[in-house]
Amino acid sequence: MVDAVTDVDFEIASASLTALVGESGSGKSTMGRCLAMLERTDHGDIWFRERKISELSDGEMRALRPQLQMIFQDSARALNPRFTATEIIAEPLGVQRKLSGAQLRSRACELMEEVGLSRNWADRRPLEFSGGQRQRLAIARAIALKPAFIVLDESLSGLDLSTQAQILNLLLDLQKAHALTYLLISHDLGLVGQVADYVAVMHQGRIVEQGPRQVVFQNPKHEHTQALLRSVRPLENWSRAAHVGGQS
Amino acid sequence: MVAFRGRTQPLGTCAKPAYAPAVLRMRGLRVTYGAAPVPALAGVDAEIRRGEIVGVLGESGSGKSTLALSILGLLPKSATTAGYIWFDEMNLLTLEERDWRTKRGAQIAMVFQDPALALSPVMRVGDQIAEVLRAHGRTSTQAHIAGLLNEVGLADTERFYRAYPHQLSGGELHRIAIAQALSCRPEIVIADEPTQSLDASKQNEILDVLQALNRRFASTLIFITHNPALLSGFADRVMVMYGGRLVEEGPVAAVFHKPLHPYTKALLQLVPSEESCKRRGGEHLPAIPGNLSPSDYSAKGCIFASRCSLKTSVCEEESPGQIAPEEGRRVSCFNYVH
Amino acid sequence: MRYLERRLVHGLLLLIGASLLCFAFSALAPGNFFDEMKLNPQISPATIAALRSQYGLDQPLPVRYTNWVGSVIRGEWGYSFAYNCPVRSLLWVRACNTLLLTVLATVLVWLIAVPWGMWTAHRHGQWDDRITSACTSILIAIPELVVALVFLAWAVRTHALPAGGMTSANADAFGGGARLRDVARHLVIPVTTLVLASLPILLRHVRASMVEVLEAPFIQAARAHGIAGFRLLFRYALPAAANPLSSLFGFSVAGLLSGSLLVEVITGWPGLGPLLLEASMARDVYVVVGSVMASTLLMILGSIVADVLLVTLDPRIRVT
Repeated sequence: MVDAVTDVDFEIASASLTALVGESGSGKSTMGRCLAMLERTDHGDIWFRERKISELSDGEMRALRPQLQMIFQDSARALNPRFTATEIIAEPLGVQRKLSGAQLRSRACELMEEVGLSRNWADRRPLEFSGGQRQRLAIARAIALKPAFIVLDESLSGLDLSTQAQILNLLLDLQKAHALTYLLISHDLGLVGQVADYVAVMHQGRIVEQGPRQVVFQNPKHEHTQALLRSVRPLENWSRAAHVGGQS
Repeated sequence: MVAFRGRTQPLGTCAKPAYAPAVLRMRGLRVTYGAAPVPALAGVDAEIRRGEIVGVLGESGSGKSTLALSILGLLPKSATTAGYIWFDEMNLLTLEERDWRTKRGAQIAMVFQDPALALSPVMRVGDQIAEVLRAHGRTSTQAHIAGLLNEVGLADTERFYRAYPHQLSGGELHRIAIAQALSCRPEIVIADEPTQSLDASKQNEILDVLQALNRRFASTLIFITHNPALLSGFADRVMVMYGGRLVEEGPVAAVFHKPLHPYTKALLQLVPSEESCKRRGGEHLPAIPGNLSPSDYSAKGCIFASRCSLKTSVCEEESPGQIAPEEGRRVSCFNYVH
Repeated sequence: MRYLERRLVHGLLLLIGASLLCFAFSALAPGNFFDEMKLNPQISPATIAALRSQYGLDQPLPVRYTNWVGSVIRGEWGYSFAYNCPVRSLLWVRACNTLLLTVLATVLVWLIAVPWGMWTAHRHGQWDDRITSACTSILIAIPELVVALVFLAWAVRTHALPAGGMTSANADAFGGGARLRDVARHLVIPVTTLVLASLPILLRHVRASMVEVLEAPFIQAARAHGIAGFRLLFRYALPAAANPLSSLFGFSVAGLLSGSLLVEVITGWPGLGPLLLEASMARDVYVVVGSVMASTLLMILGSIVADVLLVTLDPRIRVT
């Protein structure tokens, strides 16, 4: 029995984009699931907006769920392939009994447009969308209940660069519009370096370094952070090499 | 200082001489799947030279995977093709199924995207490599296979020989897929996004393995990816694809240092760099506006016109052919950046 | 090994449970063996009562059950009123006859269905696949009963094969080889009926499983490596398609004693089926219980066989 996550002290600032980076097996997905209250911790407390949420009863948890949402990596498997787009987005609204019937559908269509999907695709099924469009669908579903906090567990892995950039821009827009707080879990340090406000680095179940993005990237203290940074492949060195005729 | 990976290899040792003989030639390659309204590949002309590492750079919908399948004759029966692919004095597009048996795996081999899916879940790894060797009449003893596993950096060959795919990690499976593909020493290896699901450090290890093997056996590697960063310090030449067309081609250093096609330029701006990591929080990334849509395919002019920032009136009227502004470089654009 | 031990213990518990239920249900059924005798005015009620107590039928249920369990342990499995002998000897002969029929039929069905199913999966959508689909649909729609009757009618008409039974009337006069041939000729109709009854379903399952596997990425990857033809089908596709087939094989084993009842009764094959039918109607209660236990035993065996096969053939499945 190995601990997935050990001795973690971690804070996420409101309305920020905090990134949790690490290699596979470092425990970052487990952290994300605990913070989204999809898994119970063995020890320790989790506080959300001054409330201790790690010890809530099921009923209280259900009431709090709309505020903590999660978007997964594999949208093809995270979305029910038998549901249409509007059914997928409307489901959380229906479950929480906020709206019903025709109101559900029109709200779902609104959300689709907000994430950049055309209303005309309301009755398509997930597998008829491209990967990027599916992630937009997942985002629409996540913001349907007006959450405060969204965990993005490798939600951008596996997407093309240009799709990734578009989805990131969408997420940034949504953050401004709805005052969202993001926890971006990723093994891609390059991606994280372009958007995160704060970065926490995990290694073998512990957070080995954390701080504002610029500080961690410019001045990495822990050797694991340095190793992660070193593994990012840049394009620049080529241009430098070309400039000075082959020496870098 | 942001300590991104520094490649200390100077330009010269990577680039292959431009006059190496062509091992594969594609002319007017056109592929349409069944009843699809748009072609997956719309007239590709290219040459692959012996011993080089060519990166095929493209996003989804660019036709890069179709290119790989066409070279191996693995397109579905419903696909229609036009043009030719010359290899070993034969047109691969018109090859009979029985003639493919001596080519696939032996002369042209493929490393698939997800090795966990590309290996049979109920056969031992050693047996799977042995099957490929046996299919082409090569020695398939355990010692020989152990040698192949060593070549890709797997040391505990006994364990790997007897293991089933589900018992191994992602990185190990990728190496095994490479060992299997190279087992019959093919002339051409096609790698289709072979590092997709791996962490950055494991990705780099796999690229190192591929590069080392390419040098050692002087085989040709066609490396398909959507991430330009992987080609930097790895590939010799790059072919940039968009919407089933080849939009730019040239040596990697030259293309990445001075991209000519607006799409290439916009794509390269999205690659994380020390500069981009200094961006302020909340600032948008320079995403390419719009999407590749079916109407782009049927447009008279350039396929990238609807998303291009350098678009002029001629771009919507005529389709730009291939222009060769410099030795060894080609671009398909009227307003290429020069 | 621990797993197997556990399964056997579970099996034993299941058998005990089944025997209890069987006893209880047969006690619930109205009447007993000697009711027929009551209709005969020549036999006095006193005689019947005496017979009943002799056979212990007037004892309460738990006592009867305990006596029966004792009999099982002794190896007799109760006593048949109709045949006046221990149930075991009766069952043994009949069960062997049934097994002769069903084992042969099962082997044939699997030998035919697996290659044929693989072939039609390989030829997915082509004309021979479609013809096979049509044939299986028709066969599934026709009840076993009808198939058996058609064959019997044909046999009676043409005298090409014996119409029912297991041996000819003068079988005792035959030598060893001739006797074998005689039984073989009698086997043809019931075996063919059984095969035709279960073939279409198995064929469809094999085909469906193979079609799914043939679309898997690793098959395309194997083709890309130059593996083709029979090697691809047998070495790559079939092992991966084996999972659902293991379960089906378990069912085949489970039904070895019980699946052929109807065919045996129709064709007069002296197996467990007719015995069970007869005994149920005559209230020969210990024979009924014995037959049901025998079938249950085989069902448990079948289930264990399926699980063992699954674990053996699929390395991803490991027992905990």
